[in-house]
Amino acid sequence: MEDNFEPLIIALCCNWCSYAGADLAGVSRTQYPPSIRIVRVMCSGMVHPNLVIDAFTKGADGVLICGCHLGDCHYQEGNYKTEKRADAIKLMLADFGIEEERFKLEWVSAAEGPRFGQVVRDFTEQVKKLGVSPYKQ
Amino acid sequence: MPTLTINNAQIEVEEGTKLLHAVEKAGVKLPTLCHHKALTPYGACRLCVVEVATPGRPASVQAACSYPALDGISVTTHSERVLRARRIVAELLLARCPESEVVKRIAAELGVKETRITKKNDDCIYCGLCVRMCEERMGRAAIGFTGRGPKKKLQAPFGKHNSVCWTCGACNFICPTGKQVSSLATAGTFDPIRNIFNMDLDSRSATYIPYPQAVPNKAIIDRDTCVHLNYDDCGICEEVCEADAIDFNQKATTVELNVGAVILAPGYRTYDAKGSKDLGYGRLPNVVNAMEFERILSASGPFSGHVLRPSDGQTPKRIGFIQCVGSRDSERDYCSSVCCMYATKEALMAKEHLGENLQCDIFFMDLRAFSKGFEQYYNRAREQGVEYIRCRIPKIEEVPETKNLIINYLAENDKKISREYDLVVLSVGMQPPKEVKAFSEKFGIALNPHDFCHTSVFKPAETSREAIFVAGPFAEPKDIPETVMQASAAAGQVLSLLKDARGTQMTPKVYPPERDVTGEEPRIGVFVCHCGTNIAGVVNVPSVMEYAKTLPNVVYAGANLYTCSNDTQEAIKATINEHHLNRVIVASCTPRTHEPLFRNTMREAGLNAYLFEMANIRDQCSWVHMQEPERATEKSKDLVRMAVAKARLLEPLAQRSIPVNKSGLVIGGGLAGMTAALSLAHQGFNVHLVEKQNELGGNLKHLHYLLGGDQPQAELNRLRLEISRNDRICVYTGAKLEKIDGSIGDFTTTIALDGQTATVKHGTIIVATGAREHHPTEYLYGQHKRVITQRELEERLVTDDAFLKPNGKQKTVVMIQCVGSRDKERPYCSRVCCAEAIKNALKIKELSPGTHVYVLYRDIRTYGFKEEYYTRARQLGVAFVRYEEDRKPEVAPNGQGLQVTVFDQTLGMPFTIAADAVVLSAGIQPHEDNKQLAQLIKVPLNSEGFFLEAHMKLRPVDFMTDGAFLCGLAHSPKNIEETILQAQAAAARASTILSRDRIELEGNISHVVDASCDGCAYCVDTCPYKAISMVEYMWQGGVKKVVETNDSGCKGCGCCQATCPKNGIFVYGFTLAEIEAQIHAALGVS
Repeated sequence: MEDNFEPLIIALCCNWCSYAGADLAGVSRTQYPPSIRIVRVMCSGMVHPNLVIDAFTKGADGVLICGCHLGDCHYQEGNYKTEKRADAIKLMLADFGIEEERFKLEWVSAAEGPRFGQVVRDFTEQVKKLGVSPYKQ
Repeated sequence: MPTLTINNAQIEVEEGTKLLHAVEKAGVKLPTLCHHKALTPYGACRLCVVEVATPGRPASVQAACSYPALDGISVTTHSERVLRARRIVAELLLARCPESEVVKRIAAELGVKETRITKKNDDCIYCGLCVRMCEERMGRAAIGFTGRGPKKKLQAPFGKHNSVCWTCGACNFICPTGKQVSSLATAGTFDPIRNIFNMDLDSRSATYIPYPQAVPNKAIIDRDTCVHLNYDDCGICEEVCEADAIDFNQKATTVELNVGAVILAPGYRTYDAKGSKDLGYGRLPNVVNAMEFERILSASGPFSGHVLRPSDGQTPKRIGFIQCVGSRDSERDYCSSVCCMYATKEALMAKEHLGENLQCDIFFMDLRAFSKGFEQYYNRAREQGVEYIRCRIPKIEEVPETKNLIINYLAENDKKISREYDLVVLSVGMQPPKEVKAFSEKFGIALNPHDFCHTSVFKPAETSREAIFVAGPFAEPKDIPETVMQASAAAGQVLSLLKDARGTQMTPKVYPPERDVTGEEPRIGVFVCHCGTNIAGVVNVPSVMEYAKTLPNVVYAGANLYTCSNDTQEAIKATINEHHLNRVIVASCTPRTHEPLFRNTMREAGLNAYLFEMANIRDQCSWVHMQEPERATEKSKDLVRMAVAKARLLEPLAQRSIPVNKSGLVIGGGLAGMTAALSLAHQGFNVHLVEKQNELGGNLKHLHYLLGGDQPQAELNRLRLEISRNDRICVYTGAKLEKIDGSIGDFTTTIALDGQTATVKHGTIIVATGAREHHPTEYLYGQHKRVITQRELEERLVTDDAFLKPNGKQKTVVMIQCVGSRDKERPYCSRVCCAEAIKNALKIKELSPGTHVYVLYRDIRTYGFKEEYYTRARQLGVAFVRYEEDRKPEVAPNGQGLQVTVFDQTLGMPFTIAADAVVLSAGIQPHEDNKQLAQLIKVPLNSEGFFLEAHMKLRPVDFMTDGAFLCGLAHSPKNIEETILQAQAAAARASTILSRDRIELEGNISHVVDASCDGCAYCVDTCPYKAISMVEYMWQGGVKKVVETNDSGCKGCGCCQATCPKNGIFVYGFTLAEIEAQIHAALGVS
């Protein structure tokens, strides 16, 4: 494993809670590693499992889905569906030879700026330990 | 008309044109130094030389600025001969004035790095610009050249100062080497026109745009200093303005308006710190006021965002802030409310600019961080090393050699300490606006004893005169959110007054017809924002911009200081037209706050609003990777690449609209809810007012008297009566909300009442559910009957005459502040407790002057005009004893009474008080059931459990969810006046929706791809809104099953698209293809 390996992580963040939490991390000047690339989605429930698998097979070192806390979903119950899909995604990961720890589902509210930073720091460390994606040439 | 050849191209010009203009007309730019549009050609610098060939004669080298564009000549602008000549000129100039930035730049552009000629280190290149400017345009001739050849010299006639010079400074302005030419002509010092916007720290011209975000963003002429208007000379601006916009004959006109109401918002004036002589402001160059420091910190400020001190332009390493300059003194017995926080902000920003090692000390008396989120901000500042020193500083001394400043102060342990600073910032207070007396007389309104606008506690947006309202610091010093609230409240009051005239004089906004971009190849424009220094301080903006230009389909990339400013919107529209853009990307901040603004710009430019995308390089790059500028820049490029990848796939979407149900739901029947309900009803809307208790009133029921002597119970009765008599308001008491469906303009709510349910329809929601008093668990509360809360004390003082004088003996009452506030569990300030404690202390002194009252506090936060009651309490002998958070007072039983021990910070020792009663200033705590309500409405709470507004400063009563608003204690702790203002503001904001007939909805909804859908119906069950249904139709001789979405029911969550195994349904603007394109772009694959 390379010592100074910097993982590249795709984060799919819902507009109402997690993307707002990431904004608050910015407003609060919470510092975190520049490892993630945030893709804004309206709800974590709109993330098709295929998108996650596709990201891995195209070389993402990690994929993070962030949504509202359970019960707080702007669309009533979108994140409950995300939770179930996350289980399905983990099953699929095994088939693709990708470590389960490269994928993470986290709930981050609009008020949890510093926590968003912590989630990114922790997940970056976790992915760092796993090393470069097996799909990266 | 002469026709000539320029670089082999024929061009026709007007008779009398100089060659330089002909060349420019042909699109070729030549270097110039002595040329100026407004002055006669001079041909001195020879930089603009070109090769001119006249038929039948050998080609010669001529200065284009003075050579006529003659018929039939042939001009070569960049031949080797010409370039050599220019380079020699550059070497000569560089030898004469090697320090001039202008000369260095011109030389570098010509490829000349060094001169072979002996350097002279002169400051004049004999271009004659100053001489011509003075004589031709200023009509003076106060300077000229004398001597010839090597003896040529720039000087005043006879080398003497003269009276012809009027010190206008035009010569200094135009000199390319920065020479102070005026000093040759006059002994008078040239005083440039000071730039008021930058607090006089830099200069401006007489024709100027006041500041980058000015509305309207137009240039104006300063009548007092314009040479043309005063002396009839100059007039250069009129000649050079290509838009012909200069009109020297314009006269001031008087406009008469017939209005039904007036809102006064004249703002405030900062205290002139010259009045505090010993602080040295105006005398010591490195003592600045906070407004000046704010400008110094700003990217558009006098030093372009570099934090420098005025005396020598050096970067300060130690900055001292002095609080309460012009506040809380013998002449101004009020607190300016905002200075503690702006000093904290400026200290943190200075550290952001200059690094964490910058020493920032704030000298203060009481740190008043009382607003929502402020205590936490204050704590963060302390964690980041801002030092808070509790001492009022009477005097600043200067070290004459260094111009550094010395502050001597007495530390809390009585030790004398002396600290040296490079810069001292005075936190100047707010004062009434200039000429306030004449202003108030003009409008016939009363002022209060401090000369601010008089208002009353129950009518906080009203002046003493009917139909004249007030907003902002003119009513009382206040911060941005409170100002915005009061402004909305005033607007709401006006809307009530003028409800019959509403909309009658309105011109609806008309957008130009939308350009059809179907079938067009994407033409993307990328606008990268500096955001002052917020982005540009970390991210290399030019590099991101250049990178954007290399991306597919990007045909334009530019950078702006503030992309959200008004003038930039105009620039974006012009760029869209000029480059025929059909997709726009702004790389700046978050779409959550700024997408609506830019989408509007798109529409104004005739593009569909959905052909727009943002890259959030501020919140996701510059602000979170501050220590890694290179990686932040690389990430910014990635984000722009991702945005471009998505933008290429964006399609125009239809604007949808639905009819608005013109009634409002108000949740909570306390002061806030009652006020909001009445305000909506007065504006002509129906209201459903829901209260969980069996009667209206909320916390107001427990207030019996106020600081100013007003009667809260009388007001409560008036409100109840008015509500019961208003047939627009339907009250539901003992009610519980079961369900809230729908969205802005069209909500349906189920209310449970006595085992029954009622369903109501409404267009907006106002959350006014209040908060409750904290139940203390400390200081023997609940264990000893003489330990009570402030609220219980208030009840006792009005009902129990004997409470203060049992057995006729004088009593001792000890009050303890910050019980359940400002601690680890509840890190916020409850804002009202200091004033409430003082209110009750004053009541005790009124009822029983002999009773001893002690207030044990951490900071007394009697902001605004509450300060005078704090003063009065001290005058009446109420003893204020300060304690530290980590050394809380101790309360022990003492026979029938109590014994309180407190470590006095001033005495530096503990002392004990025998108390007959201990009164706890229990804080304000959010309701436990806020969580359930938040989930019903789908709005967030903050980490303390209060409802979270859309924007702390600018949208203090809006939720991020459209159509929902908040007010009162549900938002954060606040007093009666502030609650009323916020409730009126929420009603005013709700009426912006209720007053419309239809409302536009987002176009990002789901769409079925008929060819891909096989009718499996997985999506039908997963849709949270039951907006998808199955349909069957005959197709190719068989029955085809597909799903169909109901456009008005769909909210665009996209659960359907994540469920569909066939790519048969997707959400516009977030299609799988679009998300995938972003992910691929992030990973650098295509």
